Amino acid sequence: MEFGKVTRRRFLWRSALPTIAVVGLDPRLSVAAQAVASISVVRAQGPEPIPVTLNVNGKPHALQLEPRVTLLDALRERLGLTGTKKGCDQGTCGACTVLADGRRVNACLTLAVMAQGKSITTIEGLASGDQLHPLQAAFIEHDGFQCGYCTPGQIMSGVALLSEKRPTDETSVREWMSGNICRCGAYPNIVAAIRATAGRSA
Amino acid sequence: MNAFRYAQAHDVASALASVAGDPGATYIAGGTNVIDLMKENVERPALLVDITGLPLRGIEPTAHGVRVGALAVMSDVADHPAVARDFPAVAQALLLSASPQLRNMATIGGNLMQRTRCAYFRDASQPCNKRAAGSGCGALGGVNRRHAVIGGSEQCICTHASDLAVALLAVDAVVHVRGRAGERSIPIEHFHVLPGTTPQRETVLERGELITAVELPAAAAARNSYYLKVRDRASYEFALVSVAAALDVSAGGRIRAARVALGGVAPIPWRAHAAEAALVGKPANAQTFAAAAAAATRGMRSYGQNGFKIALTQRAVARALAHAGGAA
Repeated sequence: MEFGKVTRRRFLWRSALPTIAVVGLDPRLSVAAQAVASISVVRAQGPEPIPVTLNVNGKPHALQLEPRVTLLDALRERLGLTGTKKGCDQGTCGACTVLADGRRVNACLTLAVMAQGKSITTIEGLASGDQLHPLQAAFIEHDGFQCGYCTPGQIMSGVALLSEKRPTDETSVREWMSGNICRCGAYPNIVAAIRATAGRSA
Repeated sequence: MNAFRYAQAHDVASALASVAGDPGATYIAGGTNVIDLMKENVERPALLVDITGLPLRGIEPTAHGVRVGALAVMSDVADHPAVARDFPAVAQALLLSASPQLRNMATIGGNLMQRTRCAYFRDASQPCNKRAAGSGCGALGGVNRRHAVIGGSEQCICTHASDLAVALLAVDAVVHVRGRAGERSIPIEHFHVLPGTTPQRETVLERGELITAVELPAAAAARNSYYLKVRDRASYEFALVSVAAALDVSAGGRIRAARVALGGVAPIPWRAHAAEAALVGKPANAQTFAAAAAAATRGMRSYGQNGFKIALTQRAVARALAHAGGAA
């Protein structure tokens, strides 16, 4: 049982508040007693920073984060992985797309504390050394961007599309990439880059 | 976003106890709706109870249909072969929802609990009876092109945003919930409630009650179901109008059973009983579908900018029925 930063003082403070139904586990209880206790309660942490371990691009990172910190902000502001972009910050534009256990998700709508235990892949984790991921190379070859701000999200989403084995005719690629908005309008070349990569790996 | 406490639930009973007894607590699963609304200061929970660790993720074919765990994500349900085969409208509605990223995150239970996309509700500086009781409704007499044409009240004319719930209406889905008093099963038609004078209340759930599963009962009409979504953009957009139609047609071409449900037109997923009555016992042809489509719009009214939805609904119902009946 992980007790994190819950001190005895905080535990008593929480338990004393009548409006809070959630109580911590008493470190003095035996393991068996705690197992029984855990049936009826959940243990709350925060709002102050709590220990959060993120596995990003194959490496574990131990952080202290408030529960309200999103995965996007943790990646950018705490881990310095600024390849993942903040566009709308409300799940509309797709610039923050990362992979969680191989599946594309919006990092802006993911709490970092809830991303624990998952393998997170960002744009920084795609290449092997100087060897670009085939889709990264295809974006360069097909000029799949203008300003480049949406590009990391587009590439992460495209990588997922290919691993999901979605159909790769033009209409299907456009539909399955609809969660990534490009304000410059580089769509024709983005679609071309994805289709070319699909053709190579097929 | 307000500061909050966070707790992981490891079993259903402790999750229920945590939220039922604490007015400031709310559940979080996929987070796509609640995190978004917290960033807008529309929701300000003091405690988030993370239920993603609960064993409610399975999608299980049963002797009577398919049982979908409340924590199954939209993409997994849409891709499930039994759902696509026996409940095509459900799979279609899911694939026409949101984006691939959001569908990988958002759960089936959360989809049914999602809040309206009404711009007045989502903007904390605007009046909204749903968000702040008694503050008024900005949409009545305001910008209401996307708002309800049926089922609204003087307090609220929002629309329900779920595509899935509309499809679930057409296949007679049943929502299984668990509360501190025990378990109960709620037909999807009775799950959401009209705004009336209490627009803040959106479902029949009591505080803390948790959706555990959605059951899809196998039926001939459900196998011949179709979901049509009409929207301003070709993809990644909420419905202006949507229709889920399900038809059981005899070998002789007569309609034995029918379900017609509408999205984008009402504060709840809307079942068009009058349209269904106009279908049962009739031949499955364009004339019947046209009559049913006209019946579907009975009682609809414009609030200024949204009158176009009435004609749009009529055409969409006729087209969806033609697809479900195999004529399109």
